[in-house]
Amino acid sequence: MKMTGAKALVKSLENEGVKHIFGYPGGRLISVHHELHESKKIQHLLMRHEQVAAHAADAYARATGKVGVCMATSGPGATNLVTGIANAYMDSIPMVAITAQVGSMDIGTDAFQEADITGITLPIVKHSYLVKDATEIPRIVKEAFFIASTGRPGPVLIDLPSDMSMSQIEYDPDPEMSLPGYKPTFKGNNRQVKAAAKMILASQRPVIYAGGGVILSNAAPELTKLAHVTRIPTTTTLMGKGAIPEDDELSLGMLGMHGTAYANHAISNSDLIIAIGARFDDRVTGKLSTFAPHAKYIHIDVDPAEIGKNVKVDVPIVGDAKQIVAALVKEIKDDMAKLEKLPWAPWHDQIVAWKKKHPLTYKSEGELLPQYVIEQIYEATKNLDAVITTGVGQHQMWAAQFVKTLKPRTFISSGGLGTMGFGVPSALGAQVGRPEAVVFDIDGDGSFQMVSQDMATATAYDLPINICILNNQWLGMVRQWQELFWDKRYAYTDLTPGMPDFMKLAEAYGAQGIRITKPAEVMPAIKRAIKSKRPCILEFVITGEQGVFPMVPPGKGLQDMIYEQPEPQKGGS
Amino acid sequence: MRHTVSALVENKPGVLVRIAGLFARRGFNIESLAVGPTEKPSISRMTIVVDVADRPLEQVSKQLNKLINVLKVSDLKASEAVERELSLFKVSAKPETRAEVVEIVDIFRAKIVDASRDELIIEATGTEDKIAAIENMLAPYGIREMSRTGKIALARGGRKTED
Ligand SMILES: Cc1cc2nc3c(=O)[nH]c(=O)nc-3n(C[C@H](O)[C@H](O)[C@H](O)COP(=O)(O)OP(=O)(O)OC[C@H]3O[C@@H](n4cnc5c(N)ncnc54)[C@H](O)[C@@H]3O)c2cc1C
Ligand SMILES: Cc1ncc(C[n+]2csc(CCOP(=O)(O)OP(=O)(O)O)c2C)c(N)n1
Repeated sequence: MKMTGAKALVKSLENEGVKHIFGYPGGRLISVHHELHESKKIQHLLMRHEQVAAHAADAYARATGKVGVCMATSGPGATNLVTGIANAYMDSIPMVAITAQVGSMDIGTDAFQEADITGITLPIVKHSYLVKDATEIPRIVKEAFFIASTGRPGPVLIDLPSDMSMSQIEYDPDPEMSLPGYKPTFKGNNRQVKAAAKMILASQRPVIYAGGGVILSNAAPELTKLAHVTRIPTTTTLMGKGAIPEDDELSLGMLGMHGTAYANHAISNSDLIIAIGARFDDRVTGKLSTFAPHAKYIHIDVDPAEIGKNVKVDVPIVGDAKQIVAALVKEIKDDMAKLEKLPWAPWHDQIVAWKKKHPLTYKSEGELLPQYVIEQIYEATKNLDAVITTGVGQHQMWAAQFVKTLKPRTFISSGGLGTMGFGVPSALGAQVGRPEAVVFDIDGDGSFQMVSQDMATATAYDLPINICILNNQWLGMVRQWQELFWDKRYAYTDLTPGMPDFMKLAEAYGAQGIRITKPAEVMPAIKRAIKSKRPCILEFVITGEQGVFPMVPPGKGLQDMIYEQPEPQKGGS
Repeated sequence: MRHTVSALVENKPGVLVRIAGLFARRGFNIESLAVGPTEKPSISRMTIVVDVADRPLEQVSKQLNKLINVLKVSDLKASEAVERELSLFKVSAKPETRAEVVEIVDIFRAKIVDASRDELIIEATGTEDKIAAIENMLAPYGIREMSRTGKIALARGGRKTED
């Protein structure tokens, strides 16, 4: 069948089962949008900024488990995608980004709107393609989706010169992939699984440390089973939230810089850490040399380069978490059942004592506090099919602490890159991927202002996202560091000057606006927002002086955690 | 520690940049890099000499292996590999010193590949040590210019680099 490269691209995307594309047009991309417009299988959503398109595709992937797709024109369109691609790369999210490029003959001539996007993105993609022969488009698309979604997932870029999309080719509906250098390990080594089981049975203070890899491999049921079968206390990273329901008695919540005191104590006193799809990030370990000083390590990860990268591992198992954890459960189940008493019963008692002594809490004197707001959002949504997304900052960490994530793929946050402005786009992407779900974005006034233009997208496509701005009038997370470590010199973190009226902004975009100033107003407002089934901006006017605690000071070990807000706290700037 | 990394890669545009970028990003300095075709036209071999500690090198090898176009990476130990480098020296050789220079060339089984009134171009192949030695010997006569290929290597005996 003869057709243009642009049409072949669209057909190839349809073949991959793509239902949604987040994009933005431009001169060299018209040919592709022209064909997309005719597609009955793909809906293209017109965003208001390419960065938002990339984040939305990223969050769509997180919410659904499918590959997210975004698209932008050459030059500035492509460079606007860069932050979004980096974000997906850092969190290992399967995404395909398609950019237009100047004509093949003009590459390298500083042609109008030329940007070497394959060059620019080299360190932040899993792989990239510059199309040099239009007949290869079907094969490249097939490979891109395969690479993005298998092994350790990640973003793949396809850069499409304008003459490639315009030229006539013979379309190959079933191209053959050619990836001789790409063979991700899937199945874990059986001997290693046995060794892991043995090591677990010989331990006294084991902890499961589950990360984003558990979510990515859809291994939450297996992970929860492993915890239940072995009765091993389980902590998750920010990215691993939902790997085990956080209301489970074995759950320790999040560990790390802003993790719970009991999770961090458990890690610090553990004699065996079972890391599953987690990468010992510095936000988790704090000072590496004092991390888990008494522990041995079992490390399960699909990426061999993660094993031994930050800590020395005793039993490495390379492969897919879902498969390996299932095998481990099978291996250990009978031995666990044979035990007369749980070897780590005293360990449980110790952890319960820590939970009692240092619960996750906050002090309230009747004012509206962010932690309270988030608790209420959790209460209002815990029995619903709900997805929570976040911006980056204090509100994100409070969300991580006070939203108990009960199911995988329902807590969506920018972890590795920590990209402010991720909240609105991720709410859009999640809502598109999960139209039935109630979507709440827990956002900051700073983060929100980076992407507020895309409220237009919510209105345009009737996406009933609920944007909760915790308005503390500060770049709060930076302010907290200034308060604690930089002599309270609040340099360039005060957002009061120029603070927009978010209610008017909501109105301007055709969204519902609700401003909340008192604790008693919180739940009714949340309920109203859910009921309205419209895009909604909820502005919670909160104090600027709240800090996120516990906190491990930067560069310190988990043992040096500050448990709670130091007193007195008043007096700010 | 200096290491010789041998990588078999798909012969595709952009592969060199990906590999060089990876080294740069992890803060490693490439001392030499040689790229050329192998017995299969679709595959090239890159021989990279880097100076890094063992642990970070393992990390780089693993990261290299992750590049889609990289087929195989191995760390070649000098004792288990044949290593060669080719170098060209342009040496000043006045009539009064010419005989001495020619003698050095003979000792090292190098070759004179070009001659002019005051200069000789000498081609030498061998291990790094040998090249360093001849360079050392020629230096007093005045090395005007020098060009080296960087090291290429193959694993010895029945072992293939791919194994
Ligand atoms: C302001 C701020 C504060 C933060 N504070 C904290 C904090 O206190 N605590 C915290 O935990 N995080 C925190 N983070 C997030 C942190 O930066 C990291 O993003 C996060 O800890 C990494 O999570 P992870 O280890 O689960 O790895 P991920 O980035 O989720 O990586 C996934 C891992 O799983 C592997 N994997 C992928 N697929 C599979 C598969 N199929 N099978 C097996 N393995 C697989 C990958 O190779 C990788 O190693 C913070 C972020 C910000 C922005
Ligand atoms: C794009 C981007 N720029 C800068 C930062 C650094 N940074 C981290 S948190 C933060 C403040 C966030 O403020 P806000 O969104 O209002 O949230 P709050 O901390 O007040 O809850 C800043 C500036 C970042 N993470 N991302």
